[in-house]
Amino acid sequence: MPDTPVLELEHVTVQFGGVVAVDSLNLTIQSGEIVALIGPNGAGKTTAFNAITGVYKPTNGCIRFKGDILEENYPQGKMRKLYRGHDNGHYHERLERTPDEICRLGIARTFQNIRLFKQLTVFENVLIAYHSHIQASIFASTFRLNHREERQMRDGAMALLDLVGLADLAQEKADNLPYGKQRHLEIARALATKPELLLLDEPAAGMNPQETDELTNFIYDMKDQFKLTIFMIEHHMNLVMDISDRIYVVDFGKRIADGRPEEIQSNPAVISAYLGVQA
Amino acid sequence: MPLNKHRKLSPVLSLAALILLLVLLIILEQHQSSNRMAVAVLQKGAILAVAAVAMNLPNGFTGIFSLGMAGFMSIGAYITAILTIPTDTIESVYYISGVAGWVMNLKRALDVLPQPLLVLVALLIGGLIAALFAFLIGIPVLRFKSDYLAIATLGFSEIIRALVASPQLDRVTNGSYGLKNIPGFATASGSGVLLIPFAIAAVCIFIMILVINSSYGRAFKAIREDDIAAEAMGINLLKHKELSFVISSFFTAISGGMLAMYMRSIDSKTFQVALTYDILLIVVIGGMGSVTGSIISAFLITAAKEWWLRFFDQTLYIGNWQVPLLRTGFRMVVFSILLMVVVLFYRRGLMGDREFSWEDILGLPQRWRHRRVAIAAAKAEAAAPKDGGQNDA
Repeated sequence: MPDTPVLELEHVTVQFGGVVAVDSLNLTIQSGEIVALIGPNGAGKTTAFNAITGVYKPTNGCIRFKGDILEENYPQGKMRKLYRGHDNGHYHERLERTPDEICRLGIARTFQNIRLFKQLTVFENVLIAYHSHIQASIFASTFRLNHREERQMRDGAMALLDLVGLADLAQEKADNLPYGKQRHLEIARALATKPELLLLDEPAAGMNPQETDELTNFIYDMKDQFKLTIFMIEHHMNLVMDISDRIYVVDFGKRIADGRPEEIQSNPAVISAYLGVQA
Repeated sequence: MPLNKHRKLSPVLSLAALILLLVLLIILEQHQSSNRMAVAVLQKGAILAVAAVAMNLPNGFTGIFSLGMAGFMSIGAYITAILTIPTDTIESVYYISGVAGWVMNLKRALDVLPQPLLVLVALLIGGLIAALFAFLIGIPVLRFKSDYLAIATLGFSEIIRALVASPQLDRVTNGSYGLKNIPGFATASGSGVLLIPFAIAAVCIFIMILVINSSYGRAFKAIREDDIAAEAMGINLLKHKELSFVISSFFTAISGGMLAMYMRSIDSKTFQVALTYDILLIVVIGGMGSVTGSIISAFLITAAKEWWLRFFDQTLYIGNWQVPLLRTGFRMVVFSILLMVVVLFYRRGLMGDREFSWEDILGLPQRWRHRRVAIAAAKAEAAAPKDGGQNDA
């Protein structure tokens, strides 16, 4: 292998009680790729995202980011008896990280149902994301001893808003933005944390075809500007087939197919998963 | 541009208001014997303003529903009281069980400080110890959310009250007898009755405003708006909630210390849950997430409760006829009704989460004019098609 992959999931299983939401998922994302994760409703896509970002802890398996172990776990305690995932790989270490740590390491995300800081302005929304890398202590920040850092944060936020085309709405309340702009703002906010890997959870949900086209261009632009690797969950097949280099398909938590868009389109297992036909 | 003009004008107006306030305070201070009620209300208002802003920091800005204010206030009040009661009369305060040796030693050591400095040091020590307590209980408690957190902090505040009144601490806190002989705000010459509490309150509130407007303050607001998103944006929830909680407790304890100096005598019953509710009331009426709202409502509510509604408590005769309902306690009925009316008309408190600004006030006439014009235009538009229809026919 020439490069270490940006993200690597090995036998990642997430089990809630008796429900196996993600079952022994393996996937690899190389630097600079746009990879899509698709699957029918309830297939465990968002759960996989939540495991990567540290919201849920994997029950078993290992997640690596740029070659370093991000999270690792094995079934223990009561889960040892309850565990129903395919047991692959033997993990004996346990490493957990909180979502904020993972964000600071360079994985940013957006949410399926937009989660902006609604009562704050567009500018503040982006500015808050810069706080993740703040150097000053609360004391220095309170008495403005870090005015250089503060100015850098403000300038950076304004430049970013300029770049995503929201500069003229900077003082508007986030809640008052039209739906499409809110999606853009959420991506801008994620970009402000200076990520290498951007996870987009259904970025085009609820968008009309024209807005979807705009979003496609926007994602391409941002990927080039920020040298991003993008991993996205999406239901709009046009967007997925258009934009992604590779696609992973999951159903009932298991990976059922992966490959280039044209391979996926003709894959019988995928068609049966979506249409319910006996393969 | 009128708005621009207002922006330039607002620092001038603020300065003018500040000087006016200062002059007013000095005049009041010189005529304090004839304005006892006004002086007392202003003192208490300033103290409660600090407590309200401090409570607003976790509750209104960080979204932590904390009800431990009374506990932190009593920590600050007791420490301030113990450290500032004159060493030569302290034996008479602890006449039942005597003073603990280490307290006496500490007091003797601190006696080298001049009186005003001693008060400041006492307030600071009270604040720091309350902050330490907040830090320690925050570690387990701040993992809870909303109501559960409220119950946990409420429990903490009751524990502190029980501890303070416990016989084991008789030689430190004087148990259930309480502390008296606490020196007030006035200096030896009798001045400073108003200026000292206002100065301390101003410094405290100013620092809290700086915190709120700093990068950390923005992170607090992010947690209030959406903690899941805030965490995904790299904000360490526990750390920032701890920070907000500890800072709030520090200033709450300082306001508690000031309350002890205002009341001159305290006991554990001073710091019951009712005190927390009083401050919560001020915060809610002023507006969760508005510093100026908290300050304004601290003074308004104190004045209404203690002063303006007093005449409801006095029986009144008009000729031979006694006006019904006016008797001791009726004041609180009227006060409660007033509160309900305020909450009905200002759902989100007097200020909501906005801050007071001169631009808003000065822009009012212009906005009214705009609205009148808009309403007139809407009416004309509604009337126009009717005419058009008639003409066509």
